Amino acid sequence: MPEIRVTPLGAGQDVGRSCILVSIGGKNVMLDCGMHMGFNDDRRFPDFSYITRNGRLTDFLDCVIISHFHLDHCGALPYFSEMVGYDGPIYMTHPTQAICPILLEDYRKIAVDKKGEANFFTSQMIKDCMKKVVAVHLHQTVQVDDELEIKAYYAGHVLGAAMFQIKVGSESVVYTGDYNMTPDRHLGAAWIDKCRPNLLITESTYATTIRDSKRCRERDFLKKVHEAVERGGKVLIPVFALGRAQELCILLETFWERMNLKAPIYFSTGLTEKANHYYKLFITWTNQKIRKTFVQRNMFEFKHIKAFDRAFADNPGPMVIMPGYCVQGTVGHKILSGQRKLEMEGRQVLEVKMQVEYMSFSAHADAKGIMQLVGQAEPESVLLVHGEAKKMEFLKQKIEQEFRVSCYMPANGETVTLPTSPSIPVGISLGLLKREMAQGLLPDAKKPRLLHGTLIMKDSNFRLVSSEQALKELGLAEHQLRFTCRVHLHDPRKEQETAMRVYSHLKSVLKEHCVQHLPDGSVTVESILIQAAAHSEDPGTKVLLVSWTYQDEELGSHLTSLLKKGLPQAAS
Amino acid sequence: MPYPFGLRRFHFGKGSRQWGGPRKTAVLRRFESYSLHSSPPATRRSYPSIGGSLWLKTFTLSHFFYKLKLGFTSQGGFVSQLPLLPVRAPNLTMQCAQIQINYYYVGLWTGHDFHSQFPSFATCSKELKECSGHVFVDSVPEFCLPETELIDLSTVDVILISNYHCMMALPYITEHTGFTGTVYATEPTVQIGRLLMEELVNFIERVPKAQSASLWKNKDIQRLLPSPLKDAVEVSTWRRCYTMQEVNSALSKIQLVGYSQKIELFGAVQVTPLSSGYALGSSNWIIQSHYEKVSYVSGSSLLTTHPQPMDQASLKNSDVLVLTGLTQIPTANPDGMVGEFCSNLALTVRNGGNVLVPCYPSGVIYDLLECLYQYIDSAGLSNIPFYFISPVANSSLEFSQIFAEWLCHNKQTKVYLPEPPFPHAELIQTNKLKHYPSLHGDFSSDFRQPCVVFTGHPSLRFGDVVHFMELWGKSSLNTVIFTEPDFSYLEALAPYQPLAMKCIYCPIDTRLNFIQVSKLLKEVQPLHVVCPEQYTQPPPAQSHRMDLMIDCQPPAMSYRRAEVLALPFKRRYEKIEIMPELADSLVPMEIKPGISLATVSAVLHTKDNKHVLQPPPRPTQPTGGKKRKRASDDIPDCKVLKPLLSGSIPVEQFVQALEKHGFSDIKVEDTAKGHIVLLQEAETLIQIEEDSTHIICDNDEMLRVRLRDLVLKFLQKF
Repeated sequence: MPEIRVTPLGAGQDVGRSCILVSIGGKNVMLDCGMHMGFNDDRRFPDFSYITRNGRLTDFLDCVIISHFHLDHCGALPYFSEMVGYDGPIYMTHPTQAICPILLEDYRKIAVDKKGEANFFTSQMIKDCMKKVVAVHLHQTVQVDDELEIKAYYAGHVLGAAMFQIKVGSESVVYTGDYNMTPDRHLGAAWIDKCRPNLLITESTYATTIRDSKRCRERDFLKKVHEAVERGGKVLIPVFALGRAQELCILLETFWERMNLKAPIYFSTGLTEKANHYYKLFITWTNQKIRKTFVQRNMFEFKHIKAFDRAFADNPGPMVIMPGYCVQGTVGHKILSGQRKLEMEGRQVLEVKMQVEYMSFSAHADAKGIMQLVGQAEPESVLLVHGEAKKMEFLKQKIEQEFRVSCYMPANGETVTLPTSPSIPVGISLGLLKREMAQGLLPDAKKPRLLHGTLIMKDSNFRLVSSEQALKELGLAEHQLRFTCRVHLHDPRKEQETAMRVYSHLKSVLKEHCVQHLPDGSVTVESILIQAAAHSEDPGTKVLLVSWTYQDEELGSHLTSLLKKGLPQAAS
Repeated sequence: MPYPFGLRRFHFGKGSRQWGGPRKTAVLRRFESYSLHSSPPATRRSYPSIGGSLWLKTFTLSHFFYKLKLGFTSQGGFVSQLPLLPVRAPNLTMQCAQIQINYYYVGLWTGHDFHSQFPSFATCSKELKECSGHVFVDSVPEFCLPETELIDLSTVDVILISNYHCMMALPYITEHTGFTGTVYATEPTVQIGRLLMEELVNFIERVPKAQSASLWKNKDIQRLLPSPLKDAVEVSTWRRCYTMQEVNSALSKIQLVGYSQKIELFGAVQVTPLSSGYALGSSNWIIQSHYEKVSYVSGSSLLTTHPQPMDQASLKNSDVLVLTGLTQIPTANPDGMVGEFCSNLALTVRNGGNVLVPCYPSGVIYDLLECLYQYIDSAGLSNIPFYFISPVANSSLEFSQIFAEWLCHNKQTKVYLPEPPFPHAELIQTNKLKHYPSLHGDFSSDFRQPCVVFTGHPSLRFGDVVHFMELWGKSSLNTVIFTEPDFSYLEALAPYQPLAMKCIYCPIDTRLNFIQVSKLLKEVQPLHVVCPEQYTQPPPAQSHRMDLMIDCQPPAMSYRRAEVLALPFKRRYEKIEIMPELADSLVPMEIKPGISLATVSAVLHTKDNKHVLQPPPRPTQPTGGKKRKRASDDIPDCKVLKPLLSGSIPVEQFVQALEKHGFSDIKVEDTAKGHIVLLQEAETLIQIEEDSTHIICDNDEMLRVRLRDLVLKFLQKF
């Protein structure tokens, strides 16, 4: 029995180090290859020894797909391809291919240069790894090999994020990666067609949340920023350089313009600045509004927002600064986690007086969005990853109730097996199909018509042809099987008259059939021949010879039983 | 919008005389001294590129079913041969054709149609103007549409666009023909196509509208005019330019697609665009069903310029390859032309002259700017200003930078850095290249000479180029360099004669030449090649050049205008899916080594042109005495087909079987062809021959069925 097997190596009932193995139609595909933010030991990378303990991964995997450039989806890639060893194709979209190596390099720098880790992947490894990448367009059908094909769909979330459909024959799996079902200020909403996959593997970060309107959150955010600036205060917005940074930049920029504010806004130099260039060049991946107006005004060319310089730090007056994301262990992270007293390098203790606020501008689909996507794709079953077990449980129930499909939520290392029953494609000869369809186009549910043919199987070539053609192709002769039954009728009249009576009787009874009276005195019903003969001994009895072939058996035997009952008395 | 400078008299006759408001006086004065007031007024008409798209005509779903029914009952349904109906191929540059495949009409439509001016006089003297011995028609510009007479466009379901040059007639079709289908094109094609149309509309709308000339179109008059004029085809169908509103409406009907995207059409046909390497987003199309594949190759290039390279591999295994849109100038080498372009440009500028490059706002201009970017410093041209004047100049330059995914590998790599893929970004940043929407406004104050101006329209019939021709035409220091291959430069220049400025002809056409075509065909090996007749013979002017024609085996099938071509392939099979439950119930038997057979009795379901075989339903009343009996009274469904039989019956074994089943008194007689088995007791006779068995018995159904089952044991069912 064919089946689809799914094993999460990461992101199973967890957020981080997304890595899911899928076996479908004899092909093995690895979806994402992420690292875990929460660990610094072996657990930060997926356990690739699950795939094979010895031997190259290339022999066990047909391809690797990276959904987007976030490190929890691609952070382990150089380790996987260069240190564990994988030489097969790695698929990702163009923006992901462009930005991924930069984030990897950034990650490497923090790990090696700042934390002093040894045995980490090198810059050269990142480069070598990226050489194995094959970029895909949206909606392009990439033929990985003769049987395996993949197709990317727009996922929103971040620049270049994609959902992937993996297809072998008539079996398919869709992996969403991270996605956003509501368009934001710089990206569009995720979209997929009704592709009816056997399995939809979806993220479930916000499995239980239904977020309030984005507008309210934005208004709230702007109000807080505005108030602080009005007070003459400084605002720090720690935000990841790619994605949310641009979203907030656009938000602040338009607000500043509308309110005619003058306070300077800065973003951190380096990554954010570079990121803005990417957004400018990959404008086709942003939302419709930005794409439409980019010639007049490129939304990623900001008037009020400038790159930050350390010299600005002590400038008096209000300002807004968007430093990079606060990694664990940094001062920023400590403040964000609520620490009110900080011990600085010189053993000096600093009291934190600033206000700390949290605002969610996450670009993940909420519960409503996830349900919406399931509704769009119409999968036969759903599998949840990239979320917390408790929340998944809730969503799982909801999906099972609403869509009546089975829903799975395997933990890391746990395998889900889905039996599938793919139909078998064969070639049907046009002659046969034509003949069948000529008998009526719309199938009648109550009275199904049977198609009869012969399936010729030669090697892996399957052809369905009419029986006659099959015989002909194989050089076999048809064997005719014919029946002739004698039906005795009491009728003193002449044979011709008997035949005439048989004809008129059958004509009135068998309205749906073609009943003919031939010049030689015989009667035909379709291809069944009826002849009347005199009985050799009894002149008052006539013998009807009813003759038909095996193929007309039903009608033939029906006719004989009909004639056996005798003919109605000629009324006139 | 009034048009500046003196060209109003030139172009559009009396209507524009009053023109010349005080607002532009500064500009006017500045150019006054160069104007060509004395030149004889002449009016030109032109028919710039229209068409160049692939037509896929299909029935809408409801129509389809109707047709299906009709097709099967009356003419036997499936089209087994592919007729190809060229509906227009009057000259090399404009072809369209229609293919019928599996009920679906595929129209192929391509080309550019440009007719020259019309020498000689005729009676309608008001419409005809003379200039340097040539006669021109004085009219608002009109455009020649693709042939629409042979196709009812309201029955066309899908239009496939090959590249942005090939969609210029789209508004005519989507807006005024009853067309209700979908148009497929790539994103760069749509965006740049929009720019080209916008420029065209802008150029036309800038000038006051005069009357369309129509008298000369009278067949009796046209017949009397000299050659170029009298040979113009379908003059009555020429139309005035569309409006921006129509353009927007037309473009809103386009569905964006990406390369290698498989697009299902009505479940029966799949179309896929492939990179053709000619322009940003330019595509070849594959139209295929499960057993047939037609490739439409139009406007393709094997040269490495800015677009993504041509996808050749996916064209393999085509049953038919329709080949069109080859280079217009098969004898010119694009690389050499670019070199010549640069050196002529440098020479003129060094001598203090100006260079005019009539061009489209997108396409080759990107490559030219890139060459110049590399060339200007070494040629000492760093201080020479480059002007790009077009209503869409800015948009074109901006759009070129955002299509990273559609660019060649080198340019993609630049985007990954991230840097703009085209160096014209740097030229703009360093003020070497400046772009303006028109001659109005900023340009007049920035204008410095000597300079290089890129502007349209390349036909020299409208647009800002007209002004520069007049401005610079009288000085032999200046040069006009023609790079676009669509128009004959001699004809383009004719109304400006006599002309002192130098004219250089460097047509840069990167599309396939005949050597590349043979290489391509050898590579992809289609079973049949179909192309316009012009490609199958040397050009008339160079009849000895046997290398300037398509050479392939089997010889290409050519088409002419309004000719129906039957393509030599026969449809034999269609895909059908066997449901797994049915597949499980099949019992294959090996008939010959390696060949197995299984008889299939199944229910056929057809939905959206997908065929599925499901297992036959189980009999609803498996048992049941009286009810069953009554059911047997009903007329049986004769549509239930019995299998065919094959094999032969060995008499001895048959007799043994009969005995085993309780028949006695069996007598066997030999006949000429076989045997007769007599069951005397039952008054039954069984004739057994090599290929037939005949059971003759009394009307005893039980007996007949018993005998039948015995016979069937010896035979194979099909």
